[in-house]
Amino acid sequence: MSTVDTIRGRLDALPDVGLVVGFIGAIWAVMLVLAIAVGGANWANLAAGFVGSVTVLIGGYAILALALNLQWGYTGLFNIGIAGFMAVGAYTTAILTAPTDPAAGAVPGLGLPLWVGLIGGMVMAAIVGGLAALPALRLKADYLAIVTVAFSEIIRLIVNWDGLAEVSLFGVPVGTGGATGISFKSANDVASTLINGVGQPLVTAAEGVGVSGPNLANLTYGILLLLVVAASYWVLARITDSPFGRVLKAIREDETVTQSLGKDTRLFKIKTFMIGCALMGLAGVLFRGQAGYISPQQFRPTITFYVFAALIIGGSGSNTGSIVGAATFSGLLFYLPARLGENISLGGTRAPGNIVDAVAGFASLDPAPLLAYIISNVSTLRFVLIGVVLIYIIQNQPDGLLGHRNEPATSVSLDRPQSGSGGETDE
Amino acid sequence: MSEPEAAPRQETAVTSDAIESPLLEVDGLRKEFGGVVAVDGATFSVAEGSLTGLIGPNGAGKSTTFNCITGIHEPTGGRVTFDGQDITGLAPYTLANRGLVRTFQIARELSEMTVLENVMLAPGGQVGESVLRSVTPGLRSEVIKAEAAVRDRAWETLEFFEIDHLAHENAGNLSGGQRKLLEMARVLMTDPEMILLDEPLAGVNPTLEEKLLERIHELRREQGLTFLLVEHDMDVIMNNCEHIIVMHQGSVLAEGDAETITSDERVLEAYLGGDV
Repeated sequence: MSTVDTIRGRLDALPDVGLVVGFIGAIWAVMLVLAIAVGGANWANLAAGFVGSVTVLIGGYAILALALNLQWGYTGLFNIGIAGFMAVGAYTTAILTAPTDPAAGAVPGLGLPLWVGLIGGMVMAAIVGGLAALPALRLKADYLAIVTVAFSEIIRLIVNWDGLAEVSLFGVPVGTGGATGISFKSANDVASTLINGVGQPLVTAAEGVGVSGPNLANLTYGILLLLVVAASYWVLARITDSPFGRVLKAIREDETVTQSLGKDTRLFKIKTFMIGCALMGLAGVLFRGQAGYISPQQFRPTITFYVFAALIIGGSGSNTGSIVGAATFSGLLFYLPARLGENISLGGTRAPGNIVDAVAGFASLDPAPLLAYIISNVSTLRFVLIGVVLIYIIQNQPDGLLGHRNEPATSVSLDRPQSGSGGETDE
Repeated sequence: MSEPEAAPRQETAVTSDAIESPLLEVDGLRKEFGGVVAVDGATFSVAEGSLTGLIGPNGAGKSTTFNCITGIHEPTGGRVTFDGQDITGLAPYTLANRGLVRTFQIARELSEMTVLENVMLAPGGQVGESVLRSVTPGLRSEVIKAEAAVRDRAWETLEFFEIDHLAHENAGNLSGGQRKLLEMARVLMTDPEMILLDEPLAGVNPTLEEKLLERIHELRREQGLTFLLVEHDMDVIMNNCEHIIVMHQGSVLAEGDAETITSDERVLEAYLGGDV
């Protein structure tokens, strides 16, 4: 029995909510153990920092993976422009909520409340997603992929362009800030206000054990993000467990057949694409714009491929799998190795400058140079690890951790109705 | 088998027989792929409530005709009328919603979905196909009610085709014959008036073939459905269809009941490869 089979067997036995909570709880426990092991007297503050950061990462990737799962996992729409749609959402929110009288050198915005900005960002991401999908949906799936990746890069280059850094729109000065980025009202401030207001006793208690204010705010923000994940999951589960979701699955399987059964598949595809892009836009603000500042650098195409990696690991086609995949990818493969590398030192061995020197140690049967090399370069080498895990999953468990589960798209139990209306047929 | 049929006119068999109440009329249908003319002015009609057979040697243009009627291909020329309305070039989903559905030559089950999901997909105008209704708390109760009704009907349909024991199985795990039954069950769930069957019996064992034909006759008898059947097995066509259309090289070669067709020399020549 392979390792993944064992893991899957255990995951299957749990109900979905328990599974997700347990999984994230386990990652928290790992972070706590690491903090206690390396933190010494400062362990509590370190633990709050680790757990807070990992929670923000899990939350951000979970929203993105859920959105991609709706588009790609359910409907087969190959969207490789995730970063671009995130940028549309984030920049729209930023422009709507940036103060009208910014600090010297910064770009002014419209100064609207944050909730208006968030809704505006989602709506704009949905509209741009719809526009991107419109010409491509008439063509084959591959063309949608090309169009989305092109859109994503065009968006990034537009927000990076100096010409739009600060312009006057109907006499109101607004802009993207160009390459220097834009500062705006961040959702993080909400978290800070929250804990400094109602959570004051919590802050005092946390400071008592040595947890710093910023770390506590970060942790609070992470938990708020998880609430957004829960809300997104609730909405998406209702969408997919319905006749609408059934049509999406059918489109993925065979679009011609779906059309022949009376479904206007183009309409379903555009709606789905817009909903997914709206969620990506939301993640763009809440995740990338956590600190109240965004720049074009944060919306490079690499993040698109991270989200695909997370969804493939978790199992495309499963909402629960999307979250588990996001947690595995961001927590265990992306965040954990970096923290391990920072905090583990190998006695007196100094890390060799290159891989040749590192491997040379084996000549004298001394693995220490290689280990030291790996540890000191772990933030680069973790991408090798991610690649290895992806190849292993695709070869051995192409459905991912949870994608194999049969999750029928319906809003009722599918058991045979008990009424004896029809005649008994066989058996 | 007792449909009143117009007297066969052997001399002018190419022109359409005067069918009393035609549900589907195809008039001068033409389809070109580049320089190849796949359908070249095919003209025929299908009587309401009939089981009409469409035969012809390979490459006669039967499947292309099917694809043109059901909106998979847009015809290059000609006219298709269904239930008195011009439906030429309409999209497949529009036709299905008007009651004209089809099955495919190679069964196209939605393999990663269960048999029950396949069948429950089909009914038209399901309230739960709206995102808003599926998500909004108050409106979802309506969706659930409609869904329960669809489920009950789906079970009944599966029982009718005797594949209810496979309901929770992924459709991809079904045997070839079971897939054909599933396709039939699926189109039936759309509440059709007319079903176009593209070689429904190809690769189906004799027992299953018997069962499928029985179901087709039962549906005609009890629900008044109309069938147009493409099939290579001559015996099946001759024994079951009261009206037969023979296509050859893209156009209709002969039309009439089994006797007329079997005694038509041009049909024999077309099948035996003589010059026509």
